[in-house]
Amino acid sequence: MKQNSKHRKALKAFLRNRTSLIGAIISVIMLSIAILAPWISPYDPLKQNVYYRLTPPERSHLLGTDEYGRDVLSRVFTGARISFFVGIASIFIGMIIGTGVGIVAGYLGGKLETIIMRILDILLSFPDEVFGVMVMIVLGPGVQNVIIAITVLMIPRFARLGHAPTLAIREADYVAAAKSIGASDLRIVIRHILPNIFGETLVMSTLWLGTAIRLEASLSFLGVGVPPPTPTLGNMVRVGVDFLAIAPWVSVFAGLAILISVFAFNLLGDGLRDITDPKIYAR
Amino acid sequence: MIGYTIRRVLIALPTLLVVLTITFVLVRIAPGDPAEVRLGDYASKEAVEALRKEMGLDKSMWVQYLKTLKGLLKGDFGRSMINGRPISADLKRSLPYTLELTLLGIIFGAIFGIPTGVYTALRRNTFADYIGRTLSLAGLSFPTFYLGILLMLAFAIKIPLFPVVGGGDIHNFADNLHHLVLPGLTLGLIMTAYVTRMARSSVLNLLNEDYVRTARAKGLAERKVIYIHLLRNALLPIIALIGIYSIVLIGGSVMVEIVFSRPGLGKMMIGALKQRDYTTLQAVMITFAGFVVLINLITDLAYGLIDPRVKYK
Repeated sequence: MKQNSKHRKALKAFLRNRTSLIGAIISVIMLSIAILAPWISPYDPLKQNVYYRLTPPERSHLLGTDEYGRDVLSRVFTGARISFFVGIASIFIGMIIGTGVGIVAGYLGGKLETIIMRILDILLSFPDEVFGVMVMIVLGPGVQNVIIAITVLMIPRFARLGHAPTLAIREADYVAAAKSIGASDLRIVIRHILPNIFGETLVMSTLWLGTAIRLEASLSFLGVGVPPPTPTLGNMVRVGVDFLAIAPWVSVFAGLAILISVFAFNLLGDGLRDITDPKIYAR
Repeated sequence: MIGYTIRRVLIALPTLLVVLTITFVLVRIAPGDPAEVRLGDYASKEAVEALRKEMGLDKSMWVQYLKTLKGLLKGDFGRSMINGRPISADLKRSLPYTLELTLLGIIFGAIFGIPTGVYTALRRNTFADYIGRTLSLAGLSFPTFYLGILLMLAFAIKIPLFPVVGGGDIHNFADNLHHLVLPGLTLGLIMTAYVTRMARSSVLNLLNEDYVRTARAKGLAERKVIYIHLLRNALLPIIALIGIYSIVLIGGSVMVEIVFSRPGLGKMMIGALKQRDYTTLQAVMITFAGFVVLINLITDLAYGLIDPRVKYK
């Protein structure tokens, strides 16, 4: 009963928090478009038609066409599908590995902890674009490899997030009590540590999903991410730059889709953080 | 203070070494042989072998690693694997373009971001605050390259006020500045968004502090409470965060340089990447790492100048 009312209170706060509600609505719309892309696209995103090269937006091509006469709207839909897939996959894997590393380091302590956290600090202090490019050099372009690269960038973030609370919980009385009645380390981690960091990790995942989508776009824009002809929002902007003066719609709409998606996830994550952080909520 | 500075520099050295090692290993396990790249597809096996030998690629990783390290200690970044030119000269030519861009971005962000952040925090939950928060969140969501492209489209292509691409002549101040406006504005606006957000939350955090309540309770004018008690304390976290976001800005500068074709470090990195120029790539990464370490160091030292409570042990 108590649990239930707590959830209802959070839901109420969420609905009252207009920004996060707007963020949630836009996120759901963008996600639906991405999921439904193959069915709602007016054209085949890869089908070329040289007679319609660089057509400005008009009734039959709402966002115009690109340099091969491909429909930009259909490509934005499919591009969003791939960009979101990359973002969600890398956040999910990064969360599992990163949180694991953070908990293990925090729980075991000692020299291992110092070394792990020091390396993570160094990795974190590097600009994402520079480090991401480094990883992509080794892996080579491709959807799967971009997911790996962004996962690598996300692991230190999640590790740090999981590490700090683990340190505090490790010393808590209830953990000592659990140990004294013979609870195993695994049980302590699952029953006591994970629930404590779950909320914050989930909230930050929403915020970092925006970051991940932006990173995919940046890597593809630099030409080390997902290569054409597969459309992603980033490589569409990149290709469109060459025609910016005569056909700005190619870049502009793809970029707009990135901006709206990232903004929506940021609004949502920001609002969720306000609701879940008791310090801010109390104000 | 001097002792502390030296110690901080010494702490930074292992960081640089780790970065060097990671970079060294990464570029060498990357696919593609620079000797083959340099000679093209139709080169004979013997020619490739000879060139590998000449470039020192036939030696073991350890020998190559130690050789690189020894060179770096002398400030020598070696020669480009592709065109044979000394890398230090290329770095020296590219560095000013990246430096001026990044510095302009940081200064722009601080000048516009700090006042906006403080203002919106003091008028929390008003219309102005709402607008400020939404705009700064939008700024955070902007991919740097997209903002650059939009500014380019508006102020270089549609209204041709500024050049579309290039970095201008670094020795000609007016020309250089003319080329710097749009790239600088791109980074500056994004930095403003970051700074506004953290300045706002820093001030909000302090509004609940005891000494602010005490100052108000004893009847101090609100203006004095803000300027004497609040802002001075808020400045500390703001400076620390400007340091952190300056590093984010370096990443942004890579994107901006590619959009505007500025001949800076980012362009050098992407160029080297395409040619599989290991040594150049390595040198650029080390330079970026040096920047990161330097910014962290400056941030740490700035702490002490502002906050007398910080003791340099």
